[in-house]
Amino acid sequence: MAEYAFYTPEGEMLTVNMGPHHPSTHGVIKFVIDVDSEIIHKITPEIGFLHRAIEKIAEKVTYPGFLPYTDRVDYLAAISANVTYAMAVEKLLELEIPKRAQYLRVIAIELNRIASHLIFVGAYSMDLGAFTPFLHAIREREKTNDLFEALCGQRLTHHYIRIGGVSHDLPPGWKDRALEWLDHFEKFIDEFNRLITFNHIFVKRMANVVVIPPEMAINHGLVGPNLRASGVKWDLRKEMPYLVYPELDFEVPVGTGMMGSVGDSFDRLWVRILEMRESAKIIRQALKQMPEGEIRAKTPRVIKPAPNEVYVRTEAPRGDMGFYLVSDGSPRPYRLKIRTGSFTAMTIFEHLKEPIMIQDLVALISSLDIIAPEIDR
Amino acid sequence: MITKEIFEKLKEKFGDDIIRLDESVKDPFVVVNPQKWLEIAKYLHDDPDLYFDFLMSIAGVDYPDENLIRVVYHLWSYKHRHMLVVKVELNRENPVVDSIDSIWANANWLERETYDLFGVVFKGSRNLKRLLMPEDWEGHPMRKDYEEPKEYHGISTERENPVYLFHLVKPPEEE
Repeated sequence: MAEYAFYTPEGEMLTVNMGPHHPSTHGVIKFVIDVDSEIIHKITPEIGFLHRAIEKIAEKVTYPGFLPYTDRVDYLAAISANVTYAMAVEKLLELEIPKRAQYLRVIAIELNRIASHLIFVGAYSMDLGAFTPFLHAIREREKTNDLFEALCGQRLTHHYIRIGGVSHDLPPGWKDRALEWLDHFEKFIDEFNRLITFNHIFVKRMANVVVIPPEMAINHGLVGPNLRASGVKWDLRKEMPYLVYPELDFEVPVGTGMMGSVGDSFDRLWVRILEMRESAKIIRQALKQMPEGEIRAKTPRVIKPAPNEVYVRTEAPRGDMGFYLVSDGSPRPYRLKIRTGSFTAMTIFEHLKEPIMIQDLVALISSLDIIAPEIDR
Repeated sequence: MITKEIFEKLKEKFGDDIIRLDESVKDPFVVVNPQKWLEIAKYLHDDPDLYFDFLMSIAGVDYPDENLIRVVYHLWSYKHRHMLVVKVELNRENPVVDSIDSIWANANWLERETYDLFGVVFKGSRNLKRLLMPEDWEGHPMRKDYEEPKEYHGISTERENPVYLFHLVKPPEEE
């Protein structure tokens, strides 16, 4: 644990509202904290400020009509939610997706993962008091947005995935442009590490801060990079492969406690930085191995799956994303439940074993990579 | 283990409290007695052959035709890599089921969400309050027969279509 002395509260606790409009809560989330001077003894998160009733909307629109809404579940990683929903509908329809479309999906997912993690590393360093790395990260993320714009026309809420495939094939020259950017990006990661990741002050600020042991992480339903940072080697892309991930060669980075202990805030950053490298590797391989062919399967004019229910999970940048979809034979979903990584990650705040300092709460919020739209849906 | 094997194992232990197994859907599910759910859940979590350590999601589904609300639990075991879908069937008028937040720590929020949106009461919950909607909200919005209130604290929930504000397009005549 960090090297500060804890003491029992003597005076009265002060209850402070941190948020909903607080720069370090990443969107509109409120934390009601009971503090004694700088030490927090109780955290009660309050959410719902960004609740857009996406699950209710799903019951009112058609199956393809709901696809653009899935972009808004997590606007930093729109493609992942797109793909998960499309895969759920395809599982209902028992649809086979053409190989090329699967590769295009993988490329889009991984490019989006890089973009999302870039925002994470940038915002994380900004929350901990370093502004410059944020601009560096945003600059690179802008390039991924340009690539997406060339690919499908949108920069943020892409709506690139369609039920049965994807909307566009690669435009001419896109492949070379992407490869050129990847060359640049891999060098950028080294630069970024020199600039901030191994910066002595930054490391001191993160190492041993809010250690989450693996049992606690599993019990609280932490998923994705947060779970891996706690030392659990679990990646759905490897363990329950979907799309063409079995044909691609990549590593699953886990937290090793390089600077402190396993599952501390530094590990949560380091796992994501390593993941960006792996994503770049996947994109390179996918661009090389991608076969020619169709980009969309034939789908019925009106999508009307027979009564059934499925649960589909994929590995989104914020971890295990699950869509529970119930159909009743009509052209609209009967019920859709979206299970997101941020939502369950929020439950950890009420159960921290030891009191933490206010600035460590900021580090914890940031390091869990929670974003408000994904919590509230 | 596949769902059928888990079902048989549970049936041996709990007898009639494990009501049925449905294999007609893509992800087969087990229906259990809501009165005994806490006991069953504890067994699912602790038994070394089952060991469901990860509660993935809790979803309510409303079936007004059958006068039922089904609460669907998705469980996963990292150790054995198997999934189990458990359903409990509750009366729509008075839906009550055991809370399992003493077993999985993230259950509390998922239960609060289900309580908020479907009105399912989780007996023995640590803290059962609305999560997404304001605390003084009336009704449970994800129920199929829910009607949106016209206003909330004087704030209208309806608005004119902004397209018609510019008088370029005429709104359709109301009949």
